[in-house]
Amino acid sequence: MLSRTRLLAVSRKEVLQLRRDTRSLVLAFLLPVLLLVLFGYAITWDVNDVPTAVLDRDRTSRSRELVEAFPASGYFTITERVERPAEIDRLLDRSAVRLVLVIPPGFAADLDAGRPARLQALVDGSDANTATIVLGYTRGIVQSFSVDAVVNGATVRPPVEARSRVWYNEELESKNMIVPGLVAVIMMIIAAMLTSLTIAREWERGTMEQLASTPVHRVEVVLGKLLPYLAIGMIDVGVVSVVGVLLFDVPFRGNAALLAVLSLAFLTGALGLGMFISAVARSQLLATQIAMVATFLPAFLLSGFMFSIDVMPRVLQAITYLVPARYFLVVTRGIFLKGVGVEVLRVQGLLMIAFLVLGLFLATRVFRKEIQ
Amino acid sequence: MTERWRERLDRVAGLLAKEFRQILRDPRLARVIFIAPVIQLVVFGYAVSTDVWRTRTFVVDHDGTQASRDLVESLTAPGYFRVVGRSDRPADLVRALDHGDAVIGVEIPPGFATALRDGSGAEVQILVDGTNSNTATVAQGYAERIVQSYGLRVAGTAARGGVDLRERAWYNPALASRDYNVPAVVGALILLVCLLLTSLAVVREREVGTLEQLRVSPLTPGELIAGKTVPFAVIGLLDLTLVTTVALAWFGVPFRGSLLVLFAASVLYILSGLGLGLLISTISKTQQEAFMASFLVFMPAILLSGFMFPVSSMPEPFQWLTALNPVRHYIEIVRAVFLKGTGIAALWAQFVALLVTGVGLLWFAAWRFRRAG
Repeated sequence: MLSRTRLLAVSRKEVLQLRRDTRSLVLAFLLPVLLLVLFGYAITWDVNDVPTAVLDRDRTSRSRELVEAFPASGYFTITERVERPAEIDRLLDRSAVRLVLVIPPGFAADLDAGRPARLQALVDGSDANTATIVLGYTRGIVQSFSVDAVVNGATVRPPVEARSRVWYNEELESKNMIVPGLVAVIMMIIAAMLTSLTIAREWERGTMEQLASTPVHRVEVVLGKLLPYLAIGMIDVGVVSVVGVLLFDVPFRGNAALLAVLSLAFLTGALGLGMFISAVARSQLLATQIAMVATFLPAFLLSGFMFSIDVMPRVLQAITYLVPARYFLVVTRGIFLKGVGVEVLRVQGLLMIAFLVLGLFLATRVFRKEIQ
Repeated sequence: MTERWRERLDRVAGLLAKEFRQILRDPRLARVIFIAPVIQLVVFGYAVSTDVWRTRTFVVDHDGTQASRDLVESLTAPGYFRVVGRSDRPADLVRALDHGDAVIGVEIPPGFATALRDGSGAEVQILVDGTNSNTATVAQGYAERIVQSYGLRVAGTAARGGVDLRERAWYNPALASRDYNVPAVVGALILLVCLLLTSLAVVREREVGTLEQLRVSPLTPGELIAGKTVPFAVIGLLDLTLVTTVALAWFGVPFRGSLLVLFAASVLYILSGLGLGLLISTISKTQQEAFMASFLVFMPAILLSGFMFPVSSMPEPFQWLTALNPVRHYIEIVRAVFLKGTGIAALWAQFVALLVTGVGLLWFAAWRFRRAG
């Protein structure tokens, strides 16, 4: 029979050991904060203040009007005005600007006469992502300038108007995408960095036999050892969520209790997996390395955390179905941004429970073998 | 003078021979040095992509005419969008977005074809799931542009006045993100290899106690450090060659610059990697701690390097901070050499920065190493 006293005794022992391992403990709390600050403040995919050069060979009020429309949009900063085409190469080669606008002579004349007025946009394509976004903004600005300009000379409405509306992340800010995902990544880091040590440490220090000879049931050992890490993980989730919402203005539209329950399930599964790796590896170093490759890297790369699964090759897409973080990410983003509940997250919820069962099963199973 | 230097050289050569023998005997070596980087390059090369295509699209067509079908067809034809569901109830569209089954919703109102024909201005509603801000921004742009150009084509007014925008992307005309990312992955992997190998090897010697033996030998601390780091520099350069070959052969990334510039930059960059590795070894008691510390250094160094997130989008204080980050300078060089074929003349600032950070880090690490005992 399971006894609560024995289970808590194992937990207490683990806490004592953990308290002496100050470095791991610092890591457990420092890393989430570090990642949150980096993703919340420092790094973003949002494209603003694109350094732009202008070669205006028309020099009319019309061409100046068009150029003015770029900084006015808030996305571009005109940093260079060049006189000769030869200077363009130099600017792009040195990455001094990302966009060069070339207005040929006769631009205003063509525009007023109702002929197509040519405008050339040269973009540094080496950063394909930024370049695509820059081109998108450029087209938008030119389009609306174009419509305005032709309207002055009396013309029609555009034949089809696209009215687009963005949901869930209305301002299209990358922090709103990243912070909910961080919850999953941080849990995996804790599983990889802390839990993977717990049993390997017993082996390395030779305390495994002692543990085996005490009258604790293996389930008590596994659960007892998991409890402290579960507490650390949940505190981390709480901190990331609260700081993300309060400090970084990430929307939180769903049910906090649902997030807590599903996080608990996912975290337990991840920790169980970490313990399993720990018991199999028997060395702290090897366990950390395996755990990084098996838990953290997939959560970071193959879960849709930063990179869209849709555009990966089929083989890689197939692998992502085996990454639990993939489903948990749907949960966190659904609850944070979309405000959806159980009715939408049913499948993911069941998968979280399955992951929990699998993690605990693996951890207890491998543990029994060792003791025998 | 020359006599003393010959002696020193002899001692270092002896140590190097010992180090290489020790490294080569480790059966994990091939795994860490040759297999892992190639696998990582392939996985990263495929996974780290910011391209937007095959975006899952849900269509609600209230009009049900040839014109509305043509519009949907012109959305999907270029490959940017893929229809995953159709319905005539707007509620299904909301459901698809809520469930994450679709990222883009297109709603064509009744009377679309009529409005298009009589020139009164047709409208199309596009709903975008903004959760993935990057995909959403790009997909929204594509959708709007396709809808607009469809309208112009149908109305036959494409050439009637307005501004004719001619765009050209330099260096990467197809705007393929892989060409931009794979060279950067090379940079990240070289750092990881140097960082891990150096820190683990030094800490292992300390754990086993053989570092003590080396300390009481006639080797000076400088010679000891040289003996400990040079083998990993060689391995780092080997890895660079291997990974670059795979990047070119497997991913077909263009290489327009000079190999010499790439190697020169890599040597300076590896100095930083070794310095950081040595530094980590001085603060770690066990190999496992060294591994964790390496991770703790590696993550921010990569995130603040411009590898995945452009430096120019960071707030100013962080942009200054990245000036101290060797990864940033190296990745700038690698990308310029691969994609633009830039020569050393346009990259001297990055070279100087790499030299300064490399020498500085190595010097600081050596100083700590000497004190750490």
